[in-house]
Amino acid sequence: MSKHTLSILVENKHGVLARVAALISRRGFNIDSLAVGPTEHPEVSRMTIAVSVDEQPLEQITKQLNKLVNVIKIVELEPSQTVQRELLLVKVKADTLTRGQVLETVQLFRAKVVDVAPDAITIEATGNPEKLEAMLRVLEPFGVRELVQSGMVAIGRGSRSISDRTLRPVPVPPPHVQSGPPTVQARPAERASHTNPANHPVPGPPPGRAAAVPNQH
Amino acid sequence: MSEQLTGAQALIRALEHAGVDTVFGIPGGAILPAYDPMLDSTQIRHILVRHEQGAGHAAQGYAAASGKTGVCMATSGPGATNLVTPIADAYMDSVPMVAITGQVAGAAIGTDAFQEADIRGITMPITKHNFLVTDPADIATTIAEAFHIASTGRPGPVLVDVTKDAMQTKGVDFQWPTELALPGYRPVTRPHPKQVREAARLIAAAEKPVLYVGGGVIRAQASAELKELAELLGIPVVTTLMARGALPDTHELHFGMPGMHGSVSAVGALQRSDLLITLGARFDDRVTGKLDSFAPEAKVIHADIDPAEIGKNRAADVPIVGDCKEVITDLIAALRTEIASSGRTPSYDAWRGQLESVRAKYPVAYDEPEDGTLSPQYVIERIGQIAGPDAIYTAGVGQHQMWSAHYLPFEKPRHWLNSGGLGTMGYAVPAAMGAKVARPDKTVWAIDGDGCFQMTNQELVTCALEGIPIKVAVINNQSLGMVRQWQTLFYDKRYSNTDLHSARIPDFAKLAEAMGGVGLRCSDKDSVDATIDKAMSVTDQPVVVDFVVHRDAMVWPMVAAGVSNDEIQIARDMAPKWDGEEL
Repeated sequence: MSKHTLSILVENKHGVLARVAALISRRGFNIDSLAVGPTEHPEVSRMTIAVSVDEQPLEQITKQLNKLVNVIKIVELEPSQTVQRELLLVKVKADTLTRGQVLETVQLFRAKVVDVAPDAITIEATGNPEKLEAMLRVLEPFGVRELVQSGMVAIGRGSRSISDRTLRPVPVPPPHVQSGPPTVQARPAERASHTNPANHPVPGPPPGRAAAVPNQH
Repeated sequence: MSEQLTGAQALIRALEHAGVDTVFGIPGGAILPAYDPMLDSTQIRHILVRHEQGAGHAAQGYAAASGKTGVCMATSGPGATNLVTPIADAYMDSVPMVAITGQVAGAAIGTDAFQEADIRGITMPITKHNFLVTDPADIATTIAEAFHIASTGRPGPVLVDVTKDAMQTKGVDFQWPTELALPGYRPVTRPHPKQVREAARLIAAAEKPVLYVGGGVIRAQASAELKELAELLGIPVVTTLMARGALPDTHELHFGMPGMHGSVSAVGALQRSDLLITLGARFDDRVTGKLDSFAPEAKVIHADIDPAEIGKNRAADVPIVGDCKEVITDLIAALRTEIASSGRTPSYDAWRGQLESVRAKYPVAYDEPEDGTLSPQYVIERIGQIAGPDAIYTAGVGQHQMWSAHYLPFEKPRHWLNSGGLGTMGYAVPAAMGAKVARPDKTVWAIDGDGCFQMTNQELVTCALEGIPIKVAVINNQSLGMVRQWQTLFYDKRYSNTDLHSARIPDFAKLAEAMGGVGLRCSDKDSVDATIDKAMSVTDQPVVVDFVVHRDAMVWPMVAAGVSNDEIQIARDMAPKWDGEEL
């Protein structure tokens, strides 16, 4: 099993997080980390989901996620082409004897002290998961009293944006569905065949590769 | 262009705009406001069912028989949860359906109010999409979106949960949308030409191709195209349980139904094939048996409108995402081009010849019971012969369903309605009701089991009162027959809780009469035809025929669970000859 990071653009509607999380769970996968938040478009939220899964089931889970009507786009972010960050708040034991050493660690990892008590220091650190892990290893001997960590967020390097095209208006015919064969009207006017995912299972240049995007353009 | 309505009026008006002519449902507290303007609608006929599950299956039957979107309606809480089974059924079998449920007032949501259930949360895994509407201004758009989603792409059920106060709000500005904002919903229907060309190339190069046809071909209304494709090069066809009727059973290229209870010729065709041309089928475990031994020599072309089906169970060599009608049309053109450019028309005569001899040698057949009791297969066969291929047939789930799939005459699409994926006992009667409403010109027979019939037969009351004259054949073997068959074969004949005693209780004929129908009973072979004729002659009332049949008849052929399809048996401990020349 390998680690994968999926960036999922979703409609900012209530219940979407439940749909995504429940789907991953009922198809038998585990989420390592999940972060949700707004994007530059108020109608769109972005989820960053880290999962440990093999390539083939990953494709299946991506396709299933893409079937969710509120999911606009899914992109798998390649670690080498991506900036990944997590936020960590950790309360470490530090008295007059050890405080100096703890502060030195804070500096080494370019972390910040956000609260001080006579016998403890609360540290804020951001970084990729490896860096935070390394810092924690150094802090551990001092005694970690409490620790809270955010889900990972990630963004592709370079100038391209995965949300560029998500908000184009979609011409959909009025659904006088009863009049004809159902599938005929399903075709969006400008549907382009190159979006057919089965034909390009591994499309897309950096910042991320579109992870089998079935119903996108 | 807008007018001021109540939310409930907007809901009914929206259903009218969506083209709805029939709603199956039951009112209750939270949905009550919607039922008031329903009275005034001249377009919508509301059929008052006796259980919400019946409303759901009726909507499915209506949809499957007509191709239109079926609609059912229920109140909050128990009304809505009673719809869960048909919604799950429609999801598995890709039936276009919209379910409307009332919900407690917005302010009461989350308070465990009377008859509150989070039906949106409950149905998330079993709907294509669902909505909770709390703002009456959203009603029209949501209904428009629901019908669009249910009927396009891979069809499926959509649930719209509307709060009571949203329906009671006055002064709602009604406007039927001309554009829908569904940025995440753009189904691909047009296949990629390159993939189609590649498929044509594989077909031309194959020696033992088979068209493995699933329910997607029925939903896409692609039967004519399928026939043309099969005949173009003489490619053998097998039709799955969901696809019976996609190609006429009597067509010489039709080799039967594959799967756990498939015919030897259909199972053998897939097992020995070197190329599966899969159209709107999903490699269900009931078709493949043990997956890693399924069609071991075959390359796979897999065409489906749902990208997630492709590669889910079996890797595809040529994946094609698209609507089956368009895929087949394009494939025919690509094959013509391929033939023209290569100057060679592929011939599968030898392969077809092999399959023809298997088909002739191992027809689907049954033995008459030795004790002189009635054979269930014979009853079903005679119903099919007397009612003919123009009738619509529905079935429940179990032995009678498999016998129906084998012995009824399937010549046309949309004439065979059953619960394939979910396997819902009790589907037959309400689905027949829905089918008869959609196609009043057709004779509709529900072939049901005595177990299934006892789950949903109360809809006969609805049929009697609403003038929906369906016919029901209860294949009464006094057992949960399929379970009993497994107990016979795999549980040492220990018949735990499968004896229904239904030769004695209930009296199905009397039950039918009590519910306003005609009740008949038949237990000997000589009176089968006369009984069916009598049932056929009743056209103004529902009819129930209690066919008391042999209780130990079994469904054959059969592939036991968890083994390779090569282990198919044509009767107990009787395997067809696989090796040697004929296959």
